[in-house]
Amino acid sequence: MKAPRFSYVRPQSLDHVVALLAEHGDDARILAGGQSLMPVLNMRLAQPRLLIDINRIDALNGISLTGGCVRIGALARHAEVMSSPVIAQSLPLIAEAMPHVAHVAVRNRGTFGGSIALADPSAELPACILALEASIVVESVRGRRTIPAADFFRGLYETARSADELLIEVRIPEQRRDRVSVFMELSRRQGDFAIAGLACYARCERGGMSEARLVYFGSEVKPTLARRAMAAVNGNAWSPAVSEAACSALADDLDPIDNTFGRPATKLHLQRVLTRRALAAAMERARVQ
Amino acid sequence: MSLEEELTVSMTVNGESITASVPVRQHLVDFLRTELGLTGSHIGCEHGICGACSVRVDGVVVRGCLMLAVQADGCDVVTIEGLTDAGEIADLQANFVERNALQCGYCTPGMLMTAAELLKQGKAMSRDDIRTFLSGNYCRCTGYHAIVDAVEATLQARFA
Repeated sequence: MKAPRFSYVRPQSLDHVVALLAEHGDDARILAGGQSLMPVLNMRLAQPRLLIDINRIDALNGISLTGGCVRIGALARHAEVMSSPVIAQSLPLIAEAMPHVAHVAVRNRGTFGGSIALADPSAELPACILALEASIVVESVRGRRTIPAADFFRGLYETARSADELLIEVRIPEQRRDRVSVFMELSRRQGDFAIAGLACYARCERGGMSEARLVYFGSEVKPTLARRAMAAVNGNAWSPAVSEAACSALADDLDPIDNTFGRPATKLHLQRVLTRRALAAAMERARVQ
Repeated sequence: MSLEEELTVSMTVNGESITASVPVRQHLVDFLRTELGLTGSHIGCEHGICGACSVRVDGVVVRGCLMLAVQADGCDVVTIEGLTDAGEIADLQANFVERNALQCGYCTPGMLMTAAELLKQGKAMSRDDIRTFLSGNYCRCTGYHAIVDAVEATLQARFA
């Protein structure tokens, strides 16, 4: 179908964007890459009065590493993140996730900030930044604030960003050399929506893991830190029994969505399959690192 | 800047400068097809799944249905017509014919636009990698095998 009627504005400055958001709030939508917003408009699932196109605001571009922290501007395209040497070197978890993010034509337009702000339950990047304990920077006429990823994702497409706030950038601590990361997902074809997925970031030492962070997505309404599975893994000497204990604990950590991609029991099973693979891969990577 | 429902835009389409007034809600591929008569880009699903509307904007392939025409203001747009006239993928097109890599042909322009981006990478690729690269373009006729054949043959001839 065709998009409904709306007004369109293409501001040249951040100040103008936040002023428009302050004025229009929920009646406006930010148009960044448009790879999720445009389908929603074409299917007439939303009827915003105003689209605020932020694509010409240079301050929102760029990927840089400063003082052990990677700054990814809201407008960084997925293709740019995928080919970035900074990401490859400092954030291998995100580098490993990128080939799973949609298909080439979508990656050429879709933005990092858009993916985080939308918080689609099957999206890879929210899970990655939660595993890496990133922060999200938002701005409004009221000022700028920084929100830890742990507080940002609140529910299905629900985040801590207010209607008058613009996501400016994401700040991600550089992955530490004593950690390993593993990203895995299951979908019908590579690039399609994830049915189950896992972002793992862990310290591996003396034959076991500590401080492992396991974030599950695809099956859940939001990226979910599996605290009980993490407790089963952390501080224990590695063995297949540890992996099985983590898999058992997942029943209490996860609450899979029932939809056309599968029933909750199926998704829990798939997340357990990924858990066994990812934990074994993490130990193997630590061995050769 | 006022809030608009119609705007004047300028862009280059297949090397030609265009200035036109467009409704802001019109997506790029509708503009190309209905205003400029460039009907080589097809409209399939109109929500970014099928890839039939793929066009090149500022050097990279994008979904023509997921970009507004007003967003192409100041951009360099290339459609399958422009790509064909430039001869950039003449060998790929010949291989599509040779291998019978199409049946109804509806997906073919989009498939060629994505394959053109693959060829631009300038290196050989495995069949699995070719399939992954083309995975955002649907073909409901061929089962993809002949399409992968045609792309693989072109890659081999160019880069082996």
